[in-house]
Amino acid sequence: SFFIFFSFQQRIEIHKLRQGDNLILGFSIGGGIDQDPTQNPFSEDKTDKGIYVTRVTEGGPAEVAGLQIGDKIMQVNGWDMTMVTHDQARKRLTKRNEEVVRLLVTRQSLQKAVQQSMMS
Amino acid sequence: KIESLKVTVDFLKVPLGLKKPPLKEALAAVPGPGRPKPLGVERHKPRRSDTMDNESQYSGYSYKSGHSRSSRKHRDRRDRHRSKSRDGSRGDKSVTIQAPGEPLLDNESTRGDERDDNWGETTTVVTGTSEHSISHDDITRITKDMEDSAHLDCSRHLGVSLAGALALLAFLTPLAFMLLPQLLWREELEPCGTPCEGLFISVAFKLLILLLGSWALFFRRPKAFFPRVFVFRALLMVLVFLLVVSYWLFYGVRILDSRDRNYQGVVQYAVSLVDALLFVHYLAVVLLELRQLQPQFTLKAVRSADGASRFYNVGHLSIQRAAVWILENYYHDFPVYNPALLNLPKSVLSKKMSGFKVYSLGEENTTNNSTGQSRAVIAAAARRRDNSHNEYYYEEAEHERRVRKRRARLVVAVEEAFTHIKRLQEEDQKNPREIMDPREAAQAIFASMARAMQKYLRTTKQQPYHTMESILQHLEFCITHDMTPKVRREHGERYLTAGPTIQYHKDRWLAKQWTLVSEEPVTNGLKDGVVFVLKRQDFSLVVSTKKIPFFKLSEEFVDPKSHKFVMRLQSETSV
Repeated sequence: SFFIFFSFQQRIEIHKLRQGDNLILGFSIGGGIDQDPTQNPFSEDKTDKGIYVTRVTEGGPAEVAGLQIGDKIMQVNGWDMTMVTHDQARKRLTKRNEEVVRLLVTRQSLQKAVQQSMMS
Repeated sequence: KIESLKVTVDFLKVPLGLKKPPLKEALAAVPGPGRPKPLGVERHKPRRSDTMDNESQYSGYSYKSGHSRSSRKHRDRRDRHRSKSRDGSRGDKSVTIQAPGEPLLDNESTRGDERDDNWGETTTVVTGTSEHSISHDDITRITKDMEDSAHLDCSRHLGVSLAGALALLAFLTPLAFMLLPQLLWREELEPCGTPCEGLFISVAFKLLILLLGSWALFFRRPKAFFPRVFVFRALLMVLVFLLVVSYWLFYGVRILDSRDRNYQGVVQYAVSLVDALLFVHYLAVVLLELRQLQPQFTLKAVRSADGASRFYNVGHLSIQRAAVWILENYYHDFPVYNPALLNLPKSVLSKKMSGFKVYSLGEENTTNNSTGQSRAVIAAAARRRDNSHNEYYYEEAEHERRVRKRRARLVVAVEEAFTHIKRLQEEDQKNPREIMDPREAAQAIFASMARAMQKYLRTTKQQPYHTMESILQHLEFCITHDMTPKVRREHGERYLTAGPTIQYHKDRWLAKQWTLVSEEPVTNGLKDGVVFVLKRQDFSLVVSTKKIPFFKLSEEFVDPKSHKFVMRLQSETSV
């Protein structure tokens, strides 16, 4: 066995949960082109201004769907998220008329993931 | 090495004491104590007040056990050897500095000496030399002291007169240079018109400037007798002497003998001498005044009684001169010494009085028992559960509260008192009986705040320092200068907190007699790490020297255009 530190993409489908008047996804985002990339603890490249998942609520829709903390969100429902401001990202995730969001995320993993992907 | 000579150095009333006395002479101005003090005895007595003298610890210790005897013998031998190898008086020196007008030795010190001697008679310590024997250099030193003390006054006056004579000679020489040809061979001289007149005027003004400069620099009342300065002054005097002599020499050979006709040359010669004298005066200014101005050392003065400390920056000074400097600053920087404030409250201390009683059973180890006993007592006392710190804390807190309450009352009383007084305006028509001068006004107000003031002073234990007279004077001062009560309160901080010593009445200064104790000769210059002590009867000032570090200052240029900023945002939004 060997260790590889690399990133792979994953598609995650989150069904929003209705809480009162709001539809929530159950995670928090950080980053954006108007933010300070050096403060991002999850990025490998400290100039990366992409949107990262900073927190996942326990038992929330995001966790159920398989989103993990530290994931970088590349696309939301086809919309690019690599070159957006923080507020733009938030808006794209919280559209009131969408009940399901399909995310394309990039995750960094080690050896185990390699074996898993090889096996699956 | 450590021997204390109590020497009294007189404050000089004569302006110039220019002759350079040898080192010992300057210090050994003991005005004939008469009986030769057996210095051998002094060495073995524990000195009560001498904190710097670790000799005292040794001798105190020696009474207890026998094993220190050999170490002390060794130490004595070492000391004697060391003192032989150096000349003059060395070791721990005490120099008593006095304000002018005071008697040479106050009663305290003479009584102290007598007490020391009597006490020393009863010791039973045996050392390498017997109690009453004196080593060889003690004898030489004593005889030298006694000789020198007689000569000291004479030498001072001699120095003054010598310097004065030299100065006069130097002053008159140029004039003589110019006058002698006129007197001796007037007919043969070439006429000298405008250039000579110009030179005459310049000589006149230069001599005037020299006169004024010398008056400003030299003719002052010095505060103390500073042997160290004499090195420079002697140097300058020698320089002036050589200068004048060499000029006379050349004058005699070239001009007088050969009867030079060129009068302008002669006058120019005289002018050059005056210029040289002015430069010597410049040198004097630099050596005597300017060199001490640039700060080189930091002196830390700590009062032993309560730990109050101050830092001072001084230049190159001798230890003695630094001591006087410290004293000058002490009187206006240090809060007044209040022995009443230093002791722990009695309730706290009383518990400590009961100690342990130690009984020795049997006859074994009687000689070594004493140290063992004392150690056991101390250890036991330390282990005992002691709650006195608690009581001290509560006592302190209570006292603090009381002081603050009294202070508030005092402040209010003062404010109210001042509202009763108003300055008389010109237009006001008042009955002459009602008009008061400041003194009466002060007395009038004083009554209303007397009680609050008295209570406050009693609480802060300051009442011995403030007589009613002084308070009234202070009130008068405030009223005369139209101080608002707030200002008066700020100014009256001296009541509310212990102010510097100098503002109290002269009685409170408690004698201006200090004793300087130092391990190095007091005429040495300050060096890094020198420590000396200024002692008085009830406390002492420990002064330590530290060289001001060498600062490495580097330059960095910051382009004003380089100041640019960005927003640093770190938002986290939950979706």
